[in-house]
Amino acid sequence: MAQSMWFPKLLPVTERSLLRPLLHHTTNPLLHSSTTSLRQSNLLPRRVSTAAVSPMESITVLMTCPPVHPYLVEALEKRFTLHKLDSVPDKAQFLSSHRDSIRAVVGNAAAGADAELIDQLPKLEIVSSYSVGLDKIDLAKCKEKGIRVTNTPDVLTDDVADLALGLMLAVLRRLCESDRYVRSGLWKKGDYKLTTKLFLLQFSGKTVGIIGLGRIGMAIAQRAEAFSCPISYFSRSQKPGINYKYHPSVVDLAANCDILVVACALTPETRHIINREVIDALGPKGVLINIGRGPHVDEAELVSALVEGRLGGAGLDVFQDEPNVPEELFKLENVVLLPHVGSGTVETRQAMADLVVGNLEAHFLNKPLLTPVV
Amino acid sequence: MAVTGTNQSPPALSATAHDGDDSLPVVLIHRFPTFTGSLFPSLPTHFRLLDLLTTDASNLQSASAILCVGPPPPVTPEFLDRFPSLKIVVCSSVGVDHVDLPECRQRGIVVTNAGSAFAEDVADYAVALLIDVLRRVSAADRYVRAGSWPVKGDYPLGSKVSGKRVGILGLGRIGSAIATRLAAFGCQIRYSSRKEKPSLPFPFYKTALDLAANSDVLIACCALTDETFHVINGEVMTVLGKQGVIINVGRGSLVDEKELVEFLLRGDLGGAGLDVFEDEPHVPKELFALDNVVLSPHSAVVTPESIGTLQDVVIGNLKAFFAGQPLISPVID
Repeated sequence: MAQSMWFPKLLPVTERSLLRPLLHHTTNPLLHSSTTSLRQSNLLPRRVSTAAVSPMESITVLMTCPPVHPYLVEALEKRFTLHKLDSVPDKAQFLSSHRDSIRAVVGNAAAGADAELIDQLPKLEIVSSYSVGLDKIDLAKCKEKGIRVTNTPDVLTDDVADLALGLMLAVLRRLCESDRYVRSGLWKKGDYKLTTKLFLLQFSGKTVGIIGLGRIGMAIAQRAEAFSCPISYFSRSQKPGINYKYHPSVVDLAANCDILVVACALTPETRHIINREVIDALGPKGVLINIGRGPHVDEAELVSALVEGRLGGAGLDVFQDEPNVPEELFKLENVVLLPHVGSGTVETRQAMADLVVGNLEAHFLNKPLLTPVV
Repeated sequence: MAVTGTNQSPPALSATAHDGDDSLPVVLIHRFPTFTGSLFPSLPTHFRLLDLLTTDASNLQSASAILCVGPPPPVTPEFLDRFPSLKIVVCSSVGVDHVDLPECRQRGIVVTNAGSAFAEDVADYAVALLIDVLRRVSAADRYVRAGSWPVKGDYPLGSKVSGKRVGILGLGRIGSAIATRLAAFGCQIRYSSRKEKPSLPFPFYKTALDLAANSDVLIACCALTDETFHVINGEVMTVLGKQGVIINVGRGSLVDEKELVEFLLRGDLGGAGLDVFEDEPHVPKELFALDNVVLSPHSAVVTPESIGTLQDVVIGNLKAFFAGQPLISPVID
């Protein structure tokens, strides 16, 4: 077999380990390349790499999101040449001087690859997102140009669903406020006045309405059911084989549930899916939970409804213009505000990073992508 | 409002405690003098309520029923001596550690508690505390409200709830409700209890120490008795480990509070969610600066729904007693 004859002599260890899987690939160009046989006969100078498969260190990857996760940054830097757009002083100049080398983009919920960026990177082959949401990537443009897109589904489903329940419980049972109360030193013997003033409700048995019954929506439903919460939902179409009550419109769902959860993808159709009409239908005893994307909600309407008491409460992990949160919300006791921590656990972020790196490696090794979207 | 000197009369209970309808059965109200909250609104319809702190001593001789309200007031042998005709002590709490149960048994006095009126609410609260501690909900909310997000950047990562090994101390109504909820999060439930419950699918451990050795989280929701006093002690905390989390929705003294504070300050414990304390309302101030600790003022039971259910249980027990019917939630030792 050809591989046992030339493989160990030609290539250094790192590339050997990269190429080994390829040698079993039926369309491996190396096995059929004429230059290979020439090299075998020592008529061509020994080369470290061939044009068909380059060592991954020379592949340039651009991280368009802030480099907030050391594990991911390290994993990428170990394998590729990584540039962080966030730390580049003149972005336009950088993009133009690197337009011919950047073959991959890594993004997240904050920044991805819009049409403008894609146009500036003619050698772009793949966009790997450190998120499940794809709203920061121009998917149509990627499809048009044959650019692959991957995300991080499944590995973060549990964390996001856990947090959605955590928000519901914290809002209804006034957990954060109770904690503030104790830390302020205000708790005195027999002081139960705290509880009579609050919009405070039992969580068990409340009707939970879910917008979007995908992986995350279903995981939320399964958890809420354990608290005897009846589940209802809105989706683009009714799902067969699902026992939960379907509502054909978001307003209808809002009018018939106690807690409304946004768990769908952000698309042009779902932008401001929570508007004034929906908020009014949810009402002064209703609670809104948003673990989707800030733009799912008309934030100005939400803020005024909460300030004026037209909405009972809200648990928000995402905002229109992160990291900026409307300050009118800071003094409200019936809201819980989180800095986009839906998938924010050590365990999950590592799994997400492994998927990002794994997808990139698979692409550059001509293997099937792990979690392709396009 | 402190009571000083025996001459001063304690502040009256609002509205409901009065010398009412003579035809209704008499129920004596037992409370701490500082508790002045309003009583269950439907009680006066069924019973003639007399406030122990203000009523005439002559009324005590014939009274057969006492109702404890507010923060549970002690029922000691000396207290019981004042009521020669007493036959039932109705408690508004689940915990009856404030009642001398052997003494009541000896005197033929039956004791009832809140039954399952609070089980769901306490279970919900225990889960709420656990998610908060692991995912830093309260701490991250503080971070946002302080305006730190735009300035300091992303909040540090928390720890995953799903899949954690959760050890429940006490698998009664509350513990079972907690187990059902956390099982839906993919948590691995195990427990320790006075008696093993073979009908339940969870691994049983004889001691709190064994439970801690096989858990990432300990949830204390058992009754406080002589046996369970400081059941979560330094040894248990050591075995639980540096990432371990303790949730207490039972009674403060289930946990050695001094040790707990020291473990947390040293970083030898991963975090704690506490609704109860050894000397309420005093909470160790050293805990206030810790982001891996969530504190609440014994409010796990307080929702309008459970207060309503509690009223039903209290009235139900009293009515059954006066009618000679089986009680709803007798405490069987």
